[in-house]
Amino acid sequence: MNRALLLCLTMLWTLPATAYELSPEEVAPGVWVFEGRQEHFTRENQGDIANTGFIVTGAGVIVIDTGPSARYGRAMHAAIRDVTREPVIAVYITHAHPDHFLGNQAFPEVPIVALPATIEAIKRDGDALTDNLYRMVGAAMEGTDPVVPGHEAIPNRYKVGDRELKFIAAAGHSGKVASDLMILDRTAGVLFAGDVVFHDRAPTTPHADVSAWIAQLDALSELDFRVLVPGHGPVARNHDPIEQTRTYLRWLDAHLREAADAGVHIVEFMNQPLPDRFAALAVAREEYKRSVAHLYPPLEQARLQPLERP
Amino acid sequence: MPQRLRLLLPLLGLLICTTALAQDDPLRSPGWNIMVDRFFRDATVIHDERVQVSAPPGAENSHSVPGLVRVEGIEDIQRLLVFADLNPIPRILELTPTTALPTVGFQFKVQQATPLRAAVQTADGTWYVGGTWVDAAGGGCSAPSIASANPDWQDRLGEMAGRQWQQQDGAQRIQFSVIHPMDTGLAPGIPEFHLEEIQVYREDGTLLASLEIESSMAENPRLLLELPGEGTLRIHGRDNNGNRFAGVLR
Repeated sequence: MNRALLLCLTMLWTLPATAYELSPEEVAPGVWVFEGRQEHFTRENQGDIANTGFIVTGAGVIVIDTGPSARYGRAMHAAIRDVTREPVIAVYITHAHPDHFLGNQAFPEVPIVALPATIEAIKRDGDALTDNLYRMVGAAMEGTDPVVPGHEAIPNRYKVGDRELKFIAAAGHSGKVASDLMILDRTAGVLFAGDVVFHDRAPTTPHADVSAWIAQLDALSELDFRVLVPGHGPVARNHDPIEQTRTYLRWLDAHLREAADAGVHIVEFMNQPLPDRFAALAVAREEYKRSVAHLYPPLEQARLQPLERP
Repeated sequence: MPQRLRLLLPLLGLLICTTALAQDDPLRSPGWNIMVDRFFRDATVIHDERVQVSAPPGAENSHSVPGLVRVEGIEDIQRLLVFADLNPIPRILELTPTTALPTVGFQFKVQQATPLRAAVQTADGTWYVGGTWVDAAGGGCSAPSIASANPDWQDRLGEMAGRQWQQQDGAQRIQFSVIHPMDTGLAPGIPEFHLEEIQVYREDGTLLASLEIESSMAENPRLLLELPGEGTLRIHGRDNNGNRFAGVLR
């Protein structure tokens, strides 16, 4: 009796993380989205915080981002098989952040495609990013290793099955060089914007060039589409998330420059309250603090003048 | 029942031990007693919230975590020591304020989650200590950056930059930076090489503040100080290889 109880307890203790509950939503004919939670990485959400998706083209399925872990990738692959009999023919990775590419192991038979800067970044930082996610997410990461995309994406228009797709290299979120891949399904009128656009969720900036990002968002306003899939936050049927992301970035940029001009030390304003219009964004406080840490030191240094020797 | 007790006893013992060890440290750090031995042996130490230490809760870049120390309402401060209990090189800097305010901003390296502390010693020898915890890893996208990757440091070694701001309370806030690799000597094949001291003078030669600096400070240190008065300053520095640096801050 006691031994049975013990065994039972041991099993509970060592039980692997619960399965990801992934159910895709069809946002336009043949275009499906798995919406992540608007949270930071936790053990509870198992790293499922970003949006991923797929397009059933008639000539096979193309997958856009693979999520935070091998197990997420496998759950995603299974959910795709529930929707269509078409096989996955390619995986596209929008950028080199760990919540978007660590499910690559679930697609061993198909080409994994990304922009050259993304491939470089995953080669360089993949292990460190993976380690950090193991630390934050824990058991759900079991068996996850970074897989470097083997094929370079070339921005252009392509005909795939019954779809006309446009690959766009976007600058800003991952740096000055255009290293975020956006995929526009012109046939269905859907834009997978990756982390170039956030919706009701504060943008992340660890590798951002804010000026380049704002310019990219200006250009994006001109693009023709009906459905917008942001990297994080709910799918939209208008251009509003572009404006939301741009407004936040403009404020952040001006706010940081003003503080640097006044000689304010970084920790003096990191803990100040956010304006109401931004405080309502998901994870606003955490992302704001992180953005200050990423973006402020270069601005501070740029305010200093070379000293002449006595 | 006795069996259950036998199970509980070691736990109870552990609880009592850890409580006793950490009881006089508000941050409950496993390194606190070692720090007392190292810096405050035989001295009176008081944990005091007037010694304000601010830092971000997590290190977005573990090679450069910002910190700011400010002390309000403690008079007659002789020394201001900044250290991180659980760093391989705990001591970060020591400020002898002379006439400067007991305020210092800096960036330091972290190896693991650690308290960041400041201690000020008054003329009677008493130390007043404040601090905060800093976690060693930041958010999910914080890849460790590549340290000392700057290839042109040899040409730019000792280059100084700075700026001053006159504060509303009359204090003169200065920030200045020095190009220096600040090698700890802990990485294989790279000897210890770091800035060791900095002095800040008025133009007439009056000493306002002096700083001792350790290699636990981030590469290319950037420091913030607050001084009484206004006007041009001269900043002098020296590293552990005997290189001397100087600059005029107008």
